[in-house]
Amino acid sequence: MMAHKKRVGMEVSIAVSHAVQLARAEAIAAYPITPQTHIVEHLSSLVANGDLEAEFVTVESEHSAMSACIGMSAAGVRTYTATSSQGLALMNEIVFITSAMRLPIVMTVANRALSGPLSIWNDHSDIMAARDIGWIQIFTENGQEAFDHSIMAFKIAEDHRVLLPTIVNLDGFILTHVVEAHEMMDQKTVDRFLPEFKPYHKLDPQKPVTMGAFAMPELFTECKMAHQMALTNSYGPILEVWQEWGKLTGRHYQPVETYRTEGAKVIIMMMGSLGQVAEVAVDAMRDQGIPVGLVKIRLWRPFPFADLRAALAGAEIVVVCDRALSLGGAAGPVLAEVRSAMYPLAVKPQILGYTVGLGGRDVQPEAFEELVRHAQAEVKQGPSQEYYIYGVRG
Amino acid sequence: MSKAWDQVTWQEIEVGGVLTEPGSARNYNTGDWRSSRPVWDKTRCIKCGICWTVCPEAGISEDADGYFEMNTYCKGCGICVKECVTGCIEMVVEES
Repeated sequence: MMAHKKRVGMEVSIAVSHAVQLARAEAIAAYPITPQTHIVEHLSSLVANGDLEAEFVTVESEHSAMSACIGMSAAGVRTYTATSSQGLALMNEIVFITSAMRLPIVMTVANRALSGPLSIWNDHSDIMAARDIGWIQIFTENGQEAFDHSIMAFKIAEDHRVLLPTIVNLDGFILTHVVEAHEMMDQKTVDRFLPEFKPYHKLDPQKPVTMGAFAMPELFTECKMAHQMALTNSYGPILEVWQEWGKLTGRHYQPVETYRTEGAKVIIMMMGSLGQVAEVAVDAMRDQGIPVGLVKIRLWRPFPFADLRAALAGAEIVVVCDRALSLGGAAGPVLAEVRSAMYPLAVKPQILGYTVGLGGRDVQPEAFEELVRHAQAEVKQGPSQEYYIYGVRG
Repeated sequence: MSKAWDQVTWQEIEVGGVLTEPGSARNYNTGDWRSSRPVWDKTRCIKCGICWTVCPEAGISEDADGYFEMNTYCKGCGICVKECVTGCIEMVVEES
């Protein structure tokens, strides 16, 4: 069924809030923070105007926002929140508990640099500081993807084989504040795709349970293993949901997306909105006869090891672009993951890492051509650094 | 969870670590931590119940005759000794 081809121009933040409306979120607790603000502002309008039947809890901080979300999700309702940067950092204590309690809350993160220096602009340092929180983590590249994944995330999270909170990342400003053409969905279609939320456990006076109990040393490791296996095993259900969406809309999503990787000797990698910029660069280099391809990670957690190895097979050089730093460490977060995934292979490419676009610095297509040339030269002479910070002066 | 904690496998952990049955705290005898125990001298005890009232862990029970004694939740903190109005309780070091 390939309906709904009408495209509607709107700001991506507004499209995301409509996705949450179409998903019939029943409870929202959020604190506004740039560049996530338009999402929750619009949702609060939808609730206030009676266009979305939900409890909208205004809170005094993100710590409280996530705490309130835990309570509402535990009470058995479909729960949503959104944040960014410092807000995600302030939630940090609670987000680990959300996933350990296996509450299927969906959260949009409008990616923004963590202070300091104070910056409101885009990079991935916020989500990378929350990398190990045990949530499903998905990256999107444009407004349509942000819209689609905002609906699909509920279906994934709430699947009783999954039961994990899910983050949909979209780049702050570059996506949140840009007007794009979106193929919207009608309510009937979304209702058929996304059934009513059925909690696995809920707070019910008629059937009392204890949530958030402590675990003594004899049990803690087993609890963590159960969480680890739940996250690892969510891979299958995630793919099922994406495939169903593909059949419904014609928009197909993979854990690792490839672009012109056939016969590519050099592969550029990244996550998020830079993917579309890199496509322009890859086209230009292919026109010059340079065998370059592009690999984009969509599913960051659980990490798609097999997909990545398959996507990089045959490449001689892999250029990994990070949007965050691991200060004092050996690699940016994506570079570290890719190197780790490829290390056990007998035949593996040279993997070079570049941190680009920190704190909102623009990355033009030419940058990727420069990175490829630099990487080729470095491989020839032997890499001079663990990784490189692209464009830094001095 | 009827199984001993150190026998439970990760597959047996309830989703989200939820406890579906009450009583897990009751089954955990925090008295295991105790290094000394309160002992009552019944000849001086006036059955006032101050010890029972001030115990922060419900570690003191009343017996059939109205006297008080520690139970398996007593951690041996000694607050009852400090607060006893007749001074009839003393802490005795646990031997093993």
